[in-house]
Amino acid sequence: MAKVTLTVNGRTMSSECDDRTLLVHFIRDKLGLTGTHVGCDTTQCGACVVHMDGKSVKSCSILAVQAAGSTVTTIEGIASQGELHPVQAAFNQHHGLQCGFCTPGMVMTAVDMINRHGGQLDEQTVRHELEGNICRCTGYHNIVKAVLSANEEMHGASRQAAE
Amino acid sequence: MGMEGIGARVARKEDKRFLTGKGRYTDDMVVPGMKYAYFVRSPHAHAKITGINVSAAKAMPGVIDVLDGKQLQADGIGNLICGWMIHSKDGSPMKMGAWRPLAVDTVRYVGDAIAIVVADSVAEARDAAEVVTVDYEELPAVITSVAALEAGAPQIHPEAPGNLIFDWQIGDGAATDKAIAEAAHVTEIEILNNRLSPNPMEPRAALGVYDEAEDHYTCYTTSQNPHVARLVMSAFYNVAPENKLRVIAPDVGGGFGSKIYIYPEEIVCLWASKKTGVPVKWTSDRTEAFLTDAHGRDHVSKVKMAFDKNHRIIGLKVDTIANLGAYMSLFSSAVPTYLYATLLSGQYAIPAIHANVRTVYTNTVPVDAYRGAGRPEATYLLERTMEVAARELGVSPAELRRKNFIRSFPYQTPVIMNYDAGDYDASLTAAMDAADWNGFPARRAEAEGRGKKRGIGMSCYIEACGIAPSQAVGSLGAGVGLWESAEVRVNAVGTIEVLTGSHSHGQGHETTFAQLVADRLGVPLASVNIVHGDTDKVQMGMGTYGSRSGAVGMSAIVKALDKVEMKAKKIAAHLMEADESDIVIENGELKVAGTDKTLPWFQVALAAYTAHNLPSGMEPGLKETAFYDPSNFTFPAGCYIAEVEIDPDTGKTEIIQFVAADDFGNIINPMIVEGQVHGGLAQGIGQALLEEVRYDEVSGQLLTASYMDYAMPRADDLPSFKLSHQNTPCPSNPLGIKGCGEAGAIGSPPALINAITDAIGVEITMPATPLKVWQALQSAEPRMAAE
Ligand code: FES
Ligand code: FES
Repeated sequence: MAKVTLTVNGRTMSSECDDRTLLVHFIRDKLGLTGTHVGCDTTQCGACVVHMDGKSVKSCSILAVQAAGSTVTTIEGIASQGELHPVQAAFNQHHGLQCGFCTPGMVMTAVDMINRHGGQLDEQTVRHELEGNICRCTGYHNIVKAVLSANEEMHGASRQAAE
Repeated sequence: MGMEGIGARVARKEDKRFLTGKGRYTDDMVVPGMKYAYFVRSPHAHAKITGINVSAAKAMPGVIDVLDGKQLQADGIGNLICGWMIHSKDGSPMKMGAWRPLAVDTVRYVGDAIAIVVADSVAEARDAAEVVTVDYEELPAVITSVAALEAGAPQIHPEAPGNLIFDWQIGDGAATDKAIAEAAHVTEIEILNNRLSPNPMEPRAALGVYDEAEDHYTCYTTSQNPHVARLVMSAFYNVAPENKLRVIAPDVGGGFGSKIYIYPEEIVCLWASKKTGVPVKWTSDRTEAFLTDAHGRDHVSKVKMAFDKNHRIIGLKVDTIANLGAYMSLFSSAVPTYLYATLLSGQYAIPAIHANVRTVYTNTVPVDAYRGAGRPEATYLLERTMEVAARELGVSPAELRRKNFIRSFPYQTPVIMNYDAGDYDASLTAAMDAADWNGFPARRAEAEGRGKKRGIGMSCYIEACGIAPSQAVGSLGAGVGLWESAEVRVNAVGTIEVLTGSHSHGQGHETTFAQLVADRLGVPLASVNIVHGDTDKVQMGMGTYGSRSGAVGMSAIVKALDKVEMKAKKIAAHLMEADESDIVIENGELKVAGTDKTLPWFQVALAAYTAHNLPSGMEPGLKETAFYDPSNFTFPAGCYIAEVEIDPDTGKTEIIQFVAADDFGNIINPMIVEGQVHGGLAQGIGQALLEEVRYDEVSGQLLTASYMDYAMPRADDLPSFKLSHQNTPCPSNPLGIKGCGEAGAIGSPPALINAITDAIGVEITMPATPLKVWQALQSAEPRMAAE
């Protein structure tokens, strides 16, 4: 057993867990944040994506003990004061989700993608970058649309702020 | 149409909880004292169980109990059944072998459940499952349907000699043979429809909770039809009487058919909860999902299509073998019969059709309905045959199809269906225009200049949705009725709850159903709530599959709304001292037509509940229930066109464009309908290019049991799609809806394969992987070089 302490969505949280516990199970079962999902056993589906120290990671591919001391953001932590994050809003506006199971991972991947590319995103890049996230419902069409629209929104907003 | 009413592109009401991580799926459920289950499964495709030893497992840390099939049987839990009776052409009933929730003496596929371990954590349950020792006497296995029918093949169920479940036929064999004998041209082709795994992203899960004090069971489960689950678990599996069993299907992460059926795990978790005295939760991992979720398709067919000298189809003969796997799943018998062979007329006037279907047992996962269920198999067979015929006859594929289109409705096919409405020319023309069909030769030449091979292919599909009426499906062997229910509950303040027997697992019912109510009553969308998925809250309903929720589920809501409106009008007429027939409902008000007298909706609702001043004899309250049984199937149809470019060095297919022109009848929310088409297309394209369940044909081991081996379509495998709608309203239901959930998966595979074979000039089977395409090109090379 190990005691793992991390900062999750701005709060310091700690819990005991088995050494073999994956970060995704720690988040879901120990911290009760069930927005992060498990869709596979082989780190391919991306339903479990969270941000760890500012980078998107598949939380099923790392042990909770490895994440000790880090700062983690989950899907529950990206809307601020009831305002949806622009990526969340774009998914709603463009119907980028159906059953919602892949959605938390998609949104977390998209946020990271948009941040990393500093506004330089096109359809091909988005499709390529989504390679690690599987959605069985949407055929990706509206997810791609939503990511591009959020990119526009966030990039436009940062441009305005700089002006 | 209002801003939020029928036809509006309203953003979904349910999205917020999914987008903020607040969706509640079965695996998210936590109840006090809950423990975790792990199943011991067969590593063999076919074996006798000669002994099970659980003592070491019981002694493992955290283990509460280990239970096996003998105990389950001793407690009277019944076998799993197939709920649709099919008779062979000799009149004998289908041969159903026993499917025990936990195998007792024989295992018949890799993954067959044998025992359940209940422990404090999943990890401990899994550790203990590993030390359960099962002694097996291995038996030879058979994997393919064709091999299973061969003389001397391993015998899987004693009830089904030669592994044949039934040998069924439909249509007029003699008339079809005569047409073939007299034909000017006969196209013959063999069609393989590859086996698929549905793969909703949420794995199946079940949480069984037994309450000893109340002698009551609750089952949270990933179901598309919780009431059907309750009915089957109580009436057939003896888990509990219906009034003692509550089934809750909360948020469900996709189904595509695979969550219609009642599987061993939910039955065993409920039973184990009673046995152990603790709530028991099981969540499938992805490998388990590949090993145990019902698969789809897996047909082998021989086709003969006969033409007269004017290229009119005069006969179609089909001989199909369908693999049903190791056991007969809930609706498995209906899929390759009434959901398949009845669609073999397609969009064409074919005077004589005959289909023979044999279904067989093999040592593989049970096969049942997967998005489209029988209709993709029929469409693929027909549209590939049309393409090959057009090439043989030297005519354009569009012209051959146009020449044979059905143009007058209603149209009675020789295989049961009575098509009620459609305009197949309209969708073909729209698709060809959108794809710039006529500009293709230039694009092909341009690609050739770059060393690439371009191809274009079309597919004109028809499907049957909202299967009904109940009396008709009953006469065809269905064990259930296929109606739907709705209750419209107007609260005293005028807000509304709709309790529906349909179940949403991605389809967006919470929005579209609310749009219908908003449209009818002129109340804001936000004042309407849709309740579904809980047998304690909602009256008996039949659930969601076969694109039925709009055509059948919403029609039930219409019927209930009719009753609510009638009563509200009576109350309003009484209060405003007007004639009931003069009352109209508009923009959330009840008005006396031609006057300025109005009453807001909420005031009428309040009057119904205060009951201070109601028409004499009227009961208080404003709440109505309706059951709707459709009078016919609905017939969505359309035309899909794929244009592909193949790199001859690698065999890789790139989809240059994909065009879909659909007739879904009237549409409630175009954005949601488009989303359904996108998703269906991705699954159909997955079938055509990427996906295939493969077993080792000797050992029966599943080779594609993870996302490393089973190729799911990813974002960069797919293009953006070009969609359009050419709608002819459905005459058989009040909203004119046909259904849109499966079309994409039904219509797209043949369009892709027709495009690929157009590009490479040789036949190919699905999935057309780069390796297969490259190999096909190598084999074609000599012929092409000689040209
Ligand atoms: S659960 Fe982490 S990638 Fe699938
Ligand atoms: S929305 Fe269902 S898996 Fe993506």
